[in-house]
Amino acid sequence: MSPEPRPGRRGPLPRTDPARRDPSRREDPPRRVDAFRRTDTPRRVTVTSPRTAAARRPRYPATREIDEQTRLGEVYMRSLLRTQFRLALFVCTVLACVVGGLPLLFLLIPELREVHLLGVPLPWAVLAGLIYPAFVIGAWLYVRQAERNERHFAELVERR
Amino acid sequence: MSLTAVLVVVVAAVLIGAFGIRFSRTTSDFYVASRTVSPLWNASAIGGEYLSAASFLGVAGLILSFGVDMLWLPVGWTGGYLVLLVLVSAPLRRSGAYTLPDFAEARLESMTVRRTASVLVVLIGWLYLMPQFQSAGLVLRTITGAPVWVGGLLVAVVVAVNVLSGGMRSITFVQAFQYWLKLTALAVPLVFLLLAWQADGAPGVSAQDAATWQMPLSGAKEYGLYSTYSLILATFLGTMGLPHVLVRFYTNPDGQAARRTTLVVLSLLGAFYLLPAVYGWLGRLYAPDLARTDTVVLTLPAKMIGGTLGDLLTALVTAGAFAAFLSTSSGLTVSVAGVIAQDLLKGSVRSFRIATLMAVAVPLGLALWARALPVADVVGLAFAVAASSFCPLLVLGIWWRRLTTTGALAGLFVGGGLACAAVLATITGTSYGGFMKALLAQPAAWTVPIAFAVMVAVSFLTPHRVPPGVARTMVRLHTPENLDLDRGDWRPRSS
Repeated sequence: MSPEPRPGRRGPLPRTDPARRDPSRREDPPRRVDAFRRTDTPRRVTVTSPRTAAARRPRYPATREIDEQTRLGEVYMRSLLRTQFRLALFVCTVLACVVGGLPLLFLLIPELREVHLLGVPLPWAVLAGLIYPAFVIGAWLYVRQAERNERHFAELVERR
Repeated sequence: MSLTAVLVVVVAAVLIGAFGIRFSRTTSDFYVASRTVSPLWNASAIGGEYLSAASFLGVAGLILSFGVDMLWLPVGWTGGYLVLLVLVSAPLRRSGAYTLPDFAEARLESMTVRRTASVLVVLIGWLYLMPQFQSAGLVLRTITGAPVWVGGLLVAVVVAVNVLSGGMRSITFVQAFQYWLKLTALAVPLVFLLLAWQADGAPGVSAQDAATWQMPLSGAKEYGLYSTYSLILATFLGTMGLPHVLVRFYTNPDGQAARRTTLVVLSLLGAFYLLPAVYGWLGRLYAPDLARTDTVVLTLPAKMIGGTLGDLLTALVTAGAFAAFLSTSSGLTVSVAGVIAQDLLKGSVRSFRIATLMAVAVPLGLALWARALPVADVVGLAFAVAASSFCPLLVLGIWWRRLTTTGALAGLFVGGGLACAAVLATITGTSYGGFMKALLAQPAAWTVPIAFAVMVAVSFLTPHRVPPGVARTMVRLHTPENLDLDRGDWRPRSS
């Protein structure tokens, strides 16, 4: 995984004056700002609720990055695609090994054909029975992981 | 008795179909049931639609003839859904595509690719419908002695009437009902058959069969290893390219629901496919000398039990077989007709009706003309065509940004063309000997890699033909629906 991108850092939104948003900065106001202010500005300001709401961004920044197809948005999308594709590829590889390996196994180790499972020859027990629950379990694990990946992506993108 | 069972199924299908008329009003209703189908209904419907004559009759017949190697058919038909789930299901639903041509157009932004995909959908649909009609004829001949064309015609007419009167919504109800009917019709007689087998002293297969027929790759078919691998490839990768499967995904509300529906489908199919293998095995014991092995499921109850109970069970199995013909044919007809109506005609309800007639008439003609192959083999060929055309298109389209319009087109033409040529050679009975015959009868092992290679290579050669909206399309395909994102404004043409 690439290091987590930090949403909101390079968004095209206009920045509000940092001094107005961040109370800690007020203790040590930069001189540039001072030059434009009246000297009798009160030190304390009552922040009312409409004002806090205005300071926040109305939209989720990361989704906006994706919408505007910035390079950061691309990074988000590629990370989602890569995670999901790796998961899919993993399941397909396991499936290919099991399914592709069985005929070879029966061909190369003829003794396996003679093994009986509860009176049923092993090839029949596997191909006519056991393989189906294995499919369902594999599918269930995949669905769980895929949904988890999507939740992670949603949390990442919707974080403010 | 069995004839009565057939009539009951046919009448029930028509009645349930008619029940749906009251609900379908607008064009959108007609096509996709307004997306109000619940997940269990949807999964049962997929199962009902998917389990065709090949599953119900053909698998047991092939196992009876060729032994354990044929178990790969049902395994592949089920495992195909696992591949579909993992690679395709959620993105496909999120694409908003209703048919495969819709997906091709949405992803590649090209009408040429769309039309090529339409032609392939119609070809695959017809190839899949043909053996359904043939087996309907075979079954009706087995129980009544009627000529083979009667059964095919009966199924074709019922399907056409059903699709014309109710559209997709009624089909969903019919399909869901058919899955459970098929499961019952195969499971209940099997219980009695196994009891009869137990009463008979639970015999095993003969010593000779135990040494050859019961063993994998024992040489009942030539080039067993090649055929087995080719079959595996065709079935695992072909499932995602079947036109009637994709339509069902559109009736899921979102991508997550599409995944969960696939999971349920996988369980339903797994439960069903436990049964045909046992029929094939019992068939080897009690009916090893059948001329058309596709009828083994129908003949076993009479042979092993007989009397009134045997008649009743035969009737039940026959009903299940007809349910299989009707449900698969209906689903295929709906999707083939949908593609013809949208891409060749104007897309109104009226052109959907004309298209339905076209979708049914051509394969009916083919069924009467082509030579009779085992039903599961012909269906296997349809899978091979789907695997060598739509599988590369879907997989590369969903996961690879650099797929170009030219690349997709070249892959569809080469892969689909080669597979269709092999199919044509096989069903017309052009005689080739030796390995050539195996290559043509199971083409997937060479056509699928060629199709993938062509699509990738041509895409690399034409980098300027990458569709301009690919980034937006990827957002649409892969992001969960609950995120507020711009997914572009493409809509399928039917809604």
